[in-house]
Amino acid sequence: MRRILFVLPLLVFTGVIFAQSGGIASGDDGDCFIQSLTAEDAPNDAGGGIDLTWTVSAHVTEPDSIVLERLDEDGVWSSIGTILPVDGSRTDEELSNGQEYTYRLVSFYGGIPGALSVEAGAVPKKQWIHTGRIGMLILLTIISLVIFYFIEQGKRGKDLYIRRIAGLTAVEDAVGRATEMGRPVLYIPGIMDMDDIQTIASMVILGRVAMKTAEYGSSLLVPTCRAVVMSVAQETVKESYLQMGRPDAYQKGNINYITDDQFGYAAGVDGIMIREKPAAIFMLGTFYAESLILAETGRSVGAIQIAGTAMPSQIPFFIAACDYTLIGEELFAASAYLSKEPKLLGSLRGQDVAKLFFMIVIVIGVLAATIGEAWGPAARVSDFLKTITSVG
Amino acid sequence: MRLFVPLTITFVAGIIMILQFFVPATQSMGESLQEWYMIVASFAIFIGAANLLQVHAHRIRFKGRNWKYSPVTIVGFTAMVLTGLIFGIEKGTPFNFLFLEMVAPMSATMFSLLAFFVASAAFRAFRASNWRATLLLISAFVVMLGRVPIGAMIWDRIPLISEWIMQVPNLAGQRAVMIGAAMGMVATSLRMIFGIERSYLGGAD
Repeated sequence: MRRILFVLPLLVFTGVIFAQSGGIASGDDGDCFIQSLTAEDAPNDAGGGIDLTWTVSAHVTEPDSIVLERLDEDGVWSSIGTILPVDGSRTDEELSNGQEYTYRLVSFYGGIPGALSVEAGAVPKKQWIHTGRIGMLILLTIISLVIFYFIEQGKRGKDLYIRRIAGLTAVEDAVGRATEMGRPVLYIPGIMDMDDIQTIASMVILGRVAMKTAEYGSSLLVPTCRAVVMSVAQETVKESYLQMGRPDAYQKGNINYITDDQFGYAAGVDGIMIREKPAAIFMLGTFYAESLILAETGRSVGAIQIAGTAMPSQIPFFIAACDYTLIGEELFAASAYLSKEPKLLGSLRGQDVAKLFFMIVIVIGVLAATIGEAWGPAARVSDFLKTITSVG
Repeated sequence: MRLFVPLTITFVAGIIMILQFFVPATQSMGESLQEWYMIVASFAIFIGAANLLQVHAHRIRFKGRNWKYSPVTIVGFTAMVLTGLIFGIEKGTPFNFLFLEMVAPMSATMFSLLAFFVASAAFRAFRASNWRATLLLISAFVVMLGRVPIGAMIWDRIPLISEWIMQVPNLAGQRAVMIGAAMGMVATSLRMIFGIERSYLGGAD
């Protein structure tokens, strides 16, 4: 049964790929300035597009301009654009799928139409699989299967070793420190909106941090840069407080919107740091140039700082200014790590195994590309890996 | 029902977004979802503005901690909104004047602070306390030297070494972070789409 489930999608994809045959038509004319005109269904689109390609002659007098014409349903040629008298291509878009469209090019000399190019036609169709992304689909399927396998292992109670992540182990200490000092915990969820995966991951961690603050009775401040993030943060924190049996401790006013402006937000959060002097600061999400401004101000008020982002350019700043930094994947591992739930830990294990798979692919790719300089078969392996890991 | 509805919405939206990436014929569904998000986000701006006014009005009314800053926020916010609504935002309007003469210089000031923060962070990070910090110090010194004319004047290979550090070890490190993050993104997305991760719903089962 499992084999059938695995093979069936592959068969479907193969069938779909073979079913996709774009209509191609082309022509050639030796006396005309336009030597050839080709029309074909635009690949990998949702339909409604035809790709047109033409070549020009170097031996025929160059016209002043060339007009691209399309044959209407009434049988009348109408212009859809003027183009330069050189080799070129163009995509005619917003067409009806399944209907045949015919094109020609007209050369104009001093405003008078000259020789016509041959006609070319094609039928726009919608594609059911993006051929440039098949490799990515296969890789995503492999990663997903590995992650689901380990989630299942976690559910069955298998002991899964997860390496210690210092920054996450320190979360409880940071909240505890804030409680002892009687100062608030400041949580900064980055400057991007809810359509950013890092902000989503940050909201998930916020839920866990809010559970800790509810448990310890600390005050939690969440200034946000986006109104949607504020709404999500309010709901997340409220649910966490409810879950911990402390709905009375939830303060909606502590989770507020400041501004959408990047440096306006940085100034607002800096102000909160200086005035409120939080004992613990969490900076988890997407950050840009404001990362160091926030982290250095937080450091100046003596807060314990835990930062995390997947932005490679901001990680060095956080490492320099914060006590703990979650680097890239650790940000996404945080929720599972903090919860200790077996099925979430299983997904972490799956993530690590998928990473190991990619490390092996990279090593094979590097070796194949190097050896491929002298040995053909290795070059083919390298080309294959390059193809399946590229996104069209 | 409290869990079923949000989990179903998350599942359907997540599957549509994955599908539209691989199946061009379903791209319009993905585009529609993104348009819906934009509509929701546009309405949320009003919620954000209302929250801003509410929080600061509350602080002024009850003379909360540091309440004296709140009137500044409310006056600034009201001035920008009213001038924009009444006179428009074109060149020469009061809104444009306020933006160019107040908002832009204040943003530039915040950005300029970065130079001082970089200096203080670099001072801490580049202290040669152990062999790794020493390695970082040497690499940073070579990279910075290679980016200014005096580097090439000292030795014409310094810019090349600087470029090598940026393009080989630095880029390899950045790619490693990106690959790891991509794995994390896939795992997080799967956990949320299939309802395995529920802490954003309060961790309820």
